[in-house]
Amino acid sequence: MAATAESLERKEKLQGIGCSRKRKEDPRFIQGKGIYVDDVKLPGMVYGALVRSPHAHARIKSINKEKALALPGVITVLTADDLKPLNLHWMPTLGSDVQAVLADEKVGFQLQEVAMVIAEERYIAADGVDLVEVEYEELPAITDPHKSMDPDAPIIREDLVGKDEVGHGKRLHDNHIFTWEAGDKDSTDAVFDKAEVTIKEEILNPRVHPCPIETCGCVASFDKINGHLTVHMTTQNSHLVRTVLAMLSGIPESKIRVITNDIGGGFGNKVPIYPGYVVAIVASIVLGRPVKWIESRIENLSTTGFARDYHGTAELAADKEGHIQALRFNVLADHGAFNAHVSATKWPAGLFSICTGSYDIPTAYVKVDAVFTNKAPGGVAYRCSLRVTEAVYLIERMIDILAQKLNIDKAEIRRRNFIQADQFPYNTSLGWTLDSGNYGPALDKVLKAVDYEGLRKEQAEKRAKGELMGIGISTFTEIVGAGPTKACDILGIGLFDSCEIRVNPTGSAIARMGTQSQGQGHETTYAQIIATELGIPSDEIQVEEGDTDKAPYGAGTWGSRTTPVGAAAVTKAARKIRDKARKIAAHLLEVSEDDLEWDVDQFRVKGVPDQVKTMKEIAMAAYSNVPEGMENGLEAVDYYDPPNFTFPFGAYVCVIDIDPQTGEIKVRRFYALDDCGTRINDMIIEGQIHGGLTEAFAVSMGQLIDFDEEGNLLGNSLMDYFVPTAVETPHWETDYTVTPSPHHPLGAKGVAESPHVGGIPCFSNAVIDALSHLGVTHVDMPHTAARIWKKLHELGVAK
Amino acid sequence: MSKTQVNFILNGQPVEVLVEPRELLIHVLREQLLQTGSHIGCETSHCGACTVDFNGESVKSCTLFAVQAQDAKVITVEGLVSNGELHPLQQAFMDEHGLQCGYCTPGMLMRSYRLLQENPDPTEAEIRQGISGNLCRCTGYQNIIKSIQKAAAVINESGHDEAKSA
Repeated sequence: MAATAESLERKEKLQGIGCSRKRKEDPRFIQGKGIYVDDVKLPGMVYGALVRSPHAHARIKSINKEKALALPGVITVLTADDLKPLNLHWMPTLGSDVQAVLADEKVGFQLQEVAMVIAEERYIAADGVDLVEVEYEELPAITDPHKSMDPDAPIIREDLVGKDEVGHGKRLHDNHIFTWEAGDKDSTDAVFDKAEVTIKEEILNPRVHPCPIETCGCVASFDKINGHLTVHMTTQNSHLVRTVLAMLSGIPESKIRVITNDIGGGFGNKVPIYPGYVVAIVASIVLGRPVKWIESRIENLSTTGFARDYHGTAELAADKEGHIQALRFNVLADHGAFNAHVSATKWPAGLFSICTGSYDIPTAYVKVDAVFTNKAPGGVAYRCSLRVTEAVYLIERMIDILAQKLNIDKAEIRRRNFIQADQFPYNTSLGWTLDSGNYGPALDKVLKAVDYEGLRKEQAEKRAKGELMGIGISTFTEIVGAGPTKACDILGIGLFDSCEIRVNPTGSAIARMGTQSQGQGHETTYAQIIATELGIPSDEIQVEEGDTDKAPYGAGTWGSRTTPVGAAAVTKAARKIRDKARKIAAHLLEVSEDDLEWDVDQFRVKGVPDQVKTMKEIAMAAYSNVPEGMENGLEAVDYYDPPNFTFPFGAYVCVIDIDPQTGEIKVRRFYALDDCGTRINDMIIEGQIHGGLTEAFAVSMGQLIDFDEEGNLLGNSLMDYFVPTAVETPHWETDYTVTPSPHHPLGAKGVAESPHVGGIPCFSNAVIDALSHLGVTHVDMPHTAARIWKKLHELGVAK
Repeated sequence: MSKTQVNFILNGQPVEVLVEPRELLIHVLREQLLQTGSHIGCETSHCGACTVDFNGESVKSCTLFAVQAQDAKVITVEGLVSNGELHPLQQAFMDEHGLQCGYCTPGMLMRSYRLLQENPDPTEAEIRQGISGNLCRCTGYQNIIKSIQKAAAVINESGHDEAKSA
């Protein structure tokens, strides 16, 4: 039926899919009424603060609590020995390992958790920390993963000695965790042996940290009378946390409630379960009082959820025209002192094998070896899916290096290797089925927008004058939406997601999901989807997440899975309701269901324009006048297990100028085209792109979690760790194409991580492009002025 | 530890608190006075989430002892609404998608509030410089800048420039 002006007007009023609806969350945030974990204050609440190790590797000889306990206001001091009777001194990690909740005889990284002081007031807890006396015997530390498997390397994990494996195949050394391979090694080696051109480069994805402005924390409250445990916490995945807490504590899952109200940014940092949460919970169980534990910034940067630390050796084989014939990537992964890497899949290196990117590469082999070092554990996906940034960084750097070697333009070499639109769905040589893509037109659109040819001309002119200008290109493909339960799980639980919608008699609705917003605006966008599917105005749809007592079970928000998985569940739940509504409408109009057609917010009898039942009328009928044999009510639940991941893509161009004497980099222009399939809210998408690009800028230009040889963290406050201010942050230009996902009910793919994943190599490619005429093929991040100046000095450019 | 009585004006209302000399203003605002709009992101005065307006200046309230607030005039984000109406900055942040997780927002709003008093018609570069003490991880600042520009235009047109508590 053709849309009439009248129906278009009704559609617009719904504020459904495709409109830039203002955010439902904002009124509380702009008035300071958000509820973040540190805002939670319960009667009788006490405070916990952690005693942490100053050493990266040491034996604990003794812990003396006496002075701390003597301080008025200190209630108790918990150590591993106190947790042992409860069997809570170790906890399982997301990497099939265990992690000390409080150090058990030994510490393996600087600032590892050793004890928790519980006190009546926050300041007294901090005072108590200073009074706990811990005697250490220092041990030699390993901070270079390349030295972890040396024959004489000190053993970091004595608790694992004699264990052949930590979840993923045979260990080769006491400091080795796993070897993981994908692809065909023999045929890849064979292609390399006879290739016309091969290139090889050592490429590091340095250790960085997501650093949300809100640190991690919790308020644990155990009710001794009825045995209920309530935990308010900063988690991106409350249901999984509840399951883990039930497993750890033995408290029935039905008596555990995890509540997450507002979260001050996550970016992967708030996926794992950290020792501080567990000790606070134990303290609350022991004391029967609510216990609050909030990390300091230094604790956050030093001990929770770092990302990357992937030391890659990348190789490509190609013909002389630059057609890539084979890819071989070997990675040494530094996992720190416990294997707490979030892989969330059947594969210990997560989705790293997406590393063939947007290119038609017939043969490939990748291998990842993970080792222990005396650094903090974690290994989260910092605004990306599991190891996807690492993978995309390697391929997007390597294709540039190949172009340089063959003297082919960096845009042209991409075109020559792109998977073509008619090849989708496309099976990669490493086993993925890319759902949809249209890479060539996206790149062309961007090159035209920035006048690429003109830029290259300008660059040549500048080079002739000794000036340094770089043009970076990135044409990336992401993999998001973990994921199909046949491939993805956390501690055995599949990574489906869920939605429950109930339409009230008067036609408004409440919807609850298993995901968790950390600023993405779920309350706004989920309502838009339901509005379009059910014809209920967005403003009359209440969206709730983050309370395990209310929401259906889901795996939370990370890895850009909200749209690919959560939004699919929302859509399907809404469609179940619409199906029932159709039956009710047919009953009310006394026609058969087949005679009805859906029109924005009503069912109408085909060909009889005035024979309609609006959703509002149907909602009331669901509670008062249903067809015989039908149950009352109008609600549905959907648990959505996606058939595949989704594969958003983009084409980015970055233009920079480098000051040859100081090494300072000025980003002149950054143009980002993203294709995330169907777009739900342009305003929010654009905001996500801005944020992701800024985080990419941060990683590429300055972020580094660095250590000295003794394992001391070199810089763990915001004085040292780079978070760009408005002054450094470039202006972003955004654009898009729309290539829907064929398997997602809305065709949507997810977007928030693309700019981070695609942005990082784009910046690096620009920096290295500026130096490429000097013979430079690669420089590791971060591209700080000091590091670039050093490079320019080596090259004889800076005097 | 002995406590000291401190009196100051918070969002237009006189308040009286008993504090330890070492207590930071942010903790007293949040925990005694229950004004939890101002947030803590670093406690080292880098992130700006705790920014409040203090005697007509933007101050990071994690860098100030509460005792230093004696007789001061303090405005927090809770004081921006006047006669039930949002301040033009609040409205503009909402209209221009100048916030995402909301954690830096109260500090960002309070800094912007003072910035526009100092410079009612700032250029983009002046805004970028003016908010450089406030970190945001979500927005990339671009829409924050747009929000401040929009609020400046609204204020300049209507003359609305005071929080009720100012």
